[in-house]
Amino acid sequence: MARFEYAPAPESRAVVSLRSSYGLYVDGEFVEPLEGKSFKTINPASEEVLAEVALAGAGDVERAVAAARRAQREVWGPMPGAERAKYLFRVARIIQERARELAVLESLDNGKPIRESRDVDVPLAAAHFFYYAGWADKLDYAGFGPSPRPLGIAGQIIPWNFPLLMAAWKLAPALATGNTCILKPAETTPLSALVLAEIFQQAELPPGVINVLTGDGSTGAALVARRDLDKVAFTGSTEVGKAIQRELAGTRTRVSLELGGKAANIVFEDAPFSQAIEGIVNGIFFNQGHVCCAGSRLLVQESVAEAVLEALKRRLGTLRLGDPLDKNTDIGAINSERQLDKIVELAASGEREGAERWSPSCSIPERGYWFPPTIFTGVAPSQRIAREEIFGPVLSVLTFRTPDEAVQKANNTTYGLSAGVWTEKGSRILWMADRLRAGVVWANTFNRFDPTSPFGGYGESGFGREGGRHGLEEYLDA
Amino acid sequence: MGTAGDQLRVVTSGEAAPGQAPSAALAEVTSSEMTLRRFLAGLPGVDQVGAEQRAAALATRSIKARAKTWAIDTAISMVDLTTLEGADTPGKVHALCMKAVRPDPEDARVPPVAAVCVYPDLVGVAKAALGSLPVKVASVATAFPSGRASRAVKLADVRDALEAGADEVDMVIDRGAFLAGHYGQVLEEVQAVKAACGAAHLKVILETGELATYDNVRRASWTAMLAGADFIKTSTGKVVPASTLPVGLVMLEAVRDFAATTGRLVGVKFAGGIRTTKDAIRYLVLANEVAGEAWLEPDLLRLGASSLLNDLLMQRRKQQSGAYAGSQDLSVE
Repeated sequence: MARFEYAPAPESRAVVSLRSSYGLYVDGEFVEPLEGKSFKTINPASEEVLAEVALAGAGDVERAVAAARRAQREVWGPMPGAERAKYLFRVARIIQERARELAVLESLDNGKPIRESRDVDVPLAAAHFFYYAGWADKLDYAGFGPSPRPLGIAGQIIPWNFPLLMAAWKLAPALATGNTCILKPAETTPLSALVLAEIFQQAELPPGVINVLTGDGSTGAALVARRDLDKVAFTGSTEVGKAIQRELAGTRTRVSLELGGKAANIVFEDAPFSQAIEGIVNGIFFNQGHVCCAGSRLLVQESVAEAVLEALKRRLGTLRLGDPLDKNTDIGAINSERQLDKIVELAASGEREGAERWSPSCSIPERGYWFPPTIFTGVAPSQRIAREEIFGPVLSVLTFRTPDEAVQKANNTTYGLSAGVWTEKGSRILWMADRLRAGVVWANTFNRFDPTSPFGGYGESGFGREGGRHGLEEYLDA
Repeated sequence: MGTAGDQLRVVTSGEAAPGQAPSAALAEVTSSEMTLRRFLAGLPGVDQVGAEQRAAALATRSIKARAKTWAIDTAISMVDLTTLEGADTPGKVHALCMKAVRPDPEDARVPPVAAVCVYPDLVGVAKAALGSLPVKVASVATAFPSGRASRAVKLADVRDALEAGADEVDMVIDRGAFLAGHYGQVLEEVQAVKAACGAAHLKVILETGELATYDNVRRASWTAMLAGADFIKTSTGKVVPASTLPVGLVMLEAVRDFAATTGRLVGVKFAGGIRTTKDAIRYLVLANEVAGEAWLEPDLLRLGASSLLNDLLMQRRKQQSGAYAGSQDLSVE
């Protein structure tokens, strides 16, 4: 037994008052779905059913679109930017006030550690509303010409890995620019978006400005199929992203897609060693690796590869896997059985294809969906684990000898969302950043997000930018 | 040993160069000013943002219930109960010694602290009070806190403390020499003090608040360890900032890597500004997760403090009884 055994330190669930069932949020009210269908959302750490959630069908989409259109034409579009900003500031403040509740709820529904939902997801969600609130009355000076106009109504489909944060990323810039929204949260993580809907009620946001339609893939498909949306913003898998783009090709609906990734985290021999180890861990094990920009390919210079791996393995030995609500948990649950199956299958392919698999010894809870932090060494660029997005806590380690080889290997992917460069040499960071085909290049850090910084991809990682001044453009007729 | 680049491998991987015993490899490092300089320059850099982020993340560990009880008792046993004032008197030192032996007179299960830390001229008083009791007497020396005196005066200071019976010596490094890049001079001085110490334990104060960068903290840590320090210590407590978590992180990484290279475990003492149980527990967590659980004992981890002890005792009583002690319930020395 360890000398210093941390006692369980669970965050209290009492702060969350879950309802047994949730309706759809349409035109400022919670309503029953027209077809009366629903589905269950569960806690992936225990497989316990958390709530019954309405499944929106085409009729509900129709209602939401009508409400959003009316709200945009009559209320939100004509409203002066300074007035819209007041609502956004109010929402941001309420998110801060209800931060603990949102963090616990997010960890319950998603399986992510409370340390992350509390310290990353919720504060960043509030920060996005604060940031875009500031832009609402300054759009004339944003560089998109005088009086840029909103697009109209936006259908926004978000993933399950950062449910609240992705909602904030999508909603805040759309609202600041005078658009109204129909938000479709992911099937496995609808709860925080519904509490967000409560927050919009609390903030007295005019009815119809935001509508939340919970459901599965069919709901998203029904939303996209309508063709009368002015904008579709999607974050999720490349496969679905392609389907959306096919569906909307040749229509007037504007599209932005934020899809998968297979980011290279590149460690040079002159890297700040200890921080690089932390950066590798944070790059791939943050949020169980359920991060589109995760540093899932470690490219390490051969001269330090052995030392890096040894230190990395030692560090992985200190990661604490378990109850997401425990404040000392580093690695939470995999979000769903389907995702776990996918990770298991890809990891098995790695072994089959000859890569060497390693995980620290850690006890896996009996109930729920779990996968231990895993490293594959001796990975060849041709293997599936070096090419396909695993979206789980699995790191593929490749080596390189020269900066050119690092760039070539890093860019040898159909994706291009993010990359990391670790070196104490400033000139090399700039040289690398010039050559890496990735929307975000982190230097001596990884997985850092800020509302002022644009985020988006190349190639099969999608197009369009979220965050910063660039994020406004996606919702302006500029 | 080859170039500075090779050093990175030795240091971080904990392997010796092929065909050499680890300590032999490092013996060459200290053979000249040039080899030492090259070695220190070859240590991997510390990224300030990353180090601070990691320290902040570890500071969010939530230590509750039995883990907290264990941590409080462990922290008490690691305290170097300190008084380093110009106004110190034999009476105050005597009172401090009594507190050190039996921190909570109402509860005999509270362990004694590790040591009492005083100026050299009061070592005799402390030694007389403590006798053969299981609390060590530590003395600052080498023209503490500035270290601005000749080598001869510094060594005389050390001898004074030892003759008066000090079990441990807390020396300061010559920060001026270090910042001027005279690493060899710093190394030699620590070596000389170490030789003068004989069996007494040597703690080397880096005064990290004056070293300014984490790279310097790492280099100073290695210099002190290479010179034979038994402990490396953050601060004198006379300079702000004193001990901080990121500095602690860098020093704990240094002792961990040094142990991996040489097999010798060097202790770490955090001193200055540690006033609350929460602070103390954060340092324990840092040591546990960065250096490893081997460091969780008074032989390898110390907390230099004065007011911290009463807060630990107060939290301990809270753990036991559920109620906080009043400010007058604990003795003030």
